[in-house]
Amino acid sequence: MSIINDPRVVEFNIRTDEMLINMGPQHPSTHGVLRLVLRTDGEVVLGAAPHIGYLHRCAEKIGENLAPRQWVPYTDRMDYLASMNMNLGWALVVEKLLQLEVPEKGRHLRVLVAELNRIASHLVAMGTYGLDLGSFTPFLYAFREREKILDLFEQVCGARLTYSYIVPGGVTGDLPQGWLQNCAQFLQELEPVVDDYHALLTSNAIFIKRTAGVGVLPGEMAVNYGCTGPVLRGSGIDQDLRRDGEPWYTSLYDGYQFAVIVQKEGHYPQDHDYPAVPAEAVLGDCWHRFYVRMLEVVQSMDIVRQALDKYAAAAGDCGTPIKLNHKLPPGEAYLETEAPKGQMGFYLVTDGSAIPWRVRARSSCFANVSVTSELCRGCLLADVPAIVGSLDIVLGEIDR
Amino acid sequence: MVADATLVDRLRHRFGDHIVSAELETIDPWVEVAPEGLVDICRYLRDEPGLQYDMLNCISGVDYLHTDPKKAAQAAWQPHLVVVYHLSSTITRQRLVLKVTTSRWRQDVAGELPEVPSVSGVWRGADWHEREVYDLMGVRFTGHPDLRRILCPEDWIGHPLRKDYQPPEYYHGIRDH
Repeated sequence: MSIINDPRVVEFNIRTDEMLINMGPQHPSTHGVLRLVLRTDGEVVLGAAPHIGYLHRCAEKIGENLAPRQWVPYTDRMDYLASMNMNLGWALVVEKLLQLEVPEKGRHLRVLVAELNRIASHLVAMGTYGLDLGSFTPFLYAFREREKILDLFEQVCGARLTYSYIVPGGVTGDLPQGWLQNCAQFLQELEPVVDDYHALLTSNAIFIKRTAGVGVLPGEMAVNYGCTGPVLRGSGIDQDLRRDGEPWYTSLYDGYQFAVIVQKEGHYPQDHDYPAVPAEAVLGDCWHRFYVRMLEVVQSMDIVRQALDKYAAAAGDCGTPIKLNHKLPPGEAYLETEAPKGQMGFYLVTDGSAIPWRVRARSSCFANVSVTSELCRGCLLADVPAIVGSLDIVLGEIDR
Repeated sequence: MVADATLVDRLRHRFGDHIVSAELETIDPWVEVAPEGLVDICRYLRDEPGLQYDMLNCISGVDYLHTDPKKAAQAAWQPHLVVVYHLSSTITRQRLVLKVTTSRWRQDVAGELPEVPSVSGVWRGADWHEREVYDLMGVRFTGHPDLRRILCPEDWIGHPLRKDYQPPEYYHGIRDH
């Protein structure tokens, strides 16, 4: 974007000096302890250097000293807004190494909680993005609905944030009585509210002005930087691991009907009544990343509905968690899953004992936030929170 | 193209000795390459039609060292470091694992970090991943544009994911536990 032609810069004739501005690590719109060092000239950002590591807790080193089941709580604390998805990623990679298949009922239960958590994560992304841009109301609406999901999870496992529910081999306990009805009831309540979200933000004129055409990430660059999830799909790259991943993961979603949320030939999937794409929006900008997340809320609701029916119809149990002294065969396994914020990968190397030799977590936000300096170059200072917010990062996952 | 014998033959035909070995009968098949050939092989894997590994998912370092002398005597390997590259393609949807083996210290002089060429010129995403491996595992990536620590503070001493790492007792006057 040529800065001098930007209609939002109103005064050109003021002499300005280059200045370094420190933003964070305690800034409200950096979503945690991200620190950006901005090099500015007046209102224009010439460069942005992200600094991370303020929440580093040596999770990988700890993993070398614990049995896989004991490490589950540490995965909770990575993306703490989507702990179920983190648990799932870790459980699956351990099962992949052991070649241990989970019964059908357990499979549907995992889809059920993982997709519910995806909705919760996207609601937080939506609400806090409104906060970043100066709109307080959507945050309250988003948290109202998220609270109900947390209530559902509390009934399942007793925890509201760090669940440790999906463990290698199965889950810590089956669903309580009446839970399926509660969940179906919740979906009924959420359905009409989604239209409110769209009215509050997606099609709000001020919101469109703040996000459309801002922070454009071309698809090729997104792939080159390893960006994944809604950031990648918002740039028009058709990849969703629930469909394109390894069989060990996609087998969870066998028999489920869903369309990958991505703009193809100028159109998003038309299976619901979504607000139209505004004329100002450019593929790969902040608005598109936000829109993909909003559409994924509805998509996940559809998947949860299917999972409720499939779970109720499935016989048997949900699998047996492995024991702490379960010997891990020597070898290694790597698996990525589609977490709400992108592709979360776990890498496990074993030497034949019950404790892994090496544990590695590949964070989706880590790759997504590395593109910040590229996106912020040449933008206006006020656009920095809009760009960082649209990446939807969680520092617990970046720093591990 | 999947990581199978055909791909390995094709790579061997083109890069000869730079393809050190391949393990195809395992959960995630991998190809081990020599550090000298790494960048060329990566560029080939990214650009060659039919391969098009356009995304670098992850770079991990693995330290093979038994700190217990009894176990070290029984181990089937000499102490070494492995850098593992997990690649995938958004076009063909295939995945591939590359490995580079290096000594734990350059020319076995303790404290001199081993060197592996940087692939940040092939995939921009490698930039931060290599900084992380440098920070936590102590591998120097030659040709990296900005090799600094990323998760630990700049003045941190040592590389925590090494098996023989000893945490400092004090850091800026703050005592450990």
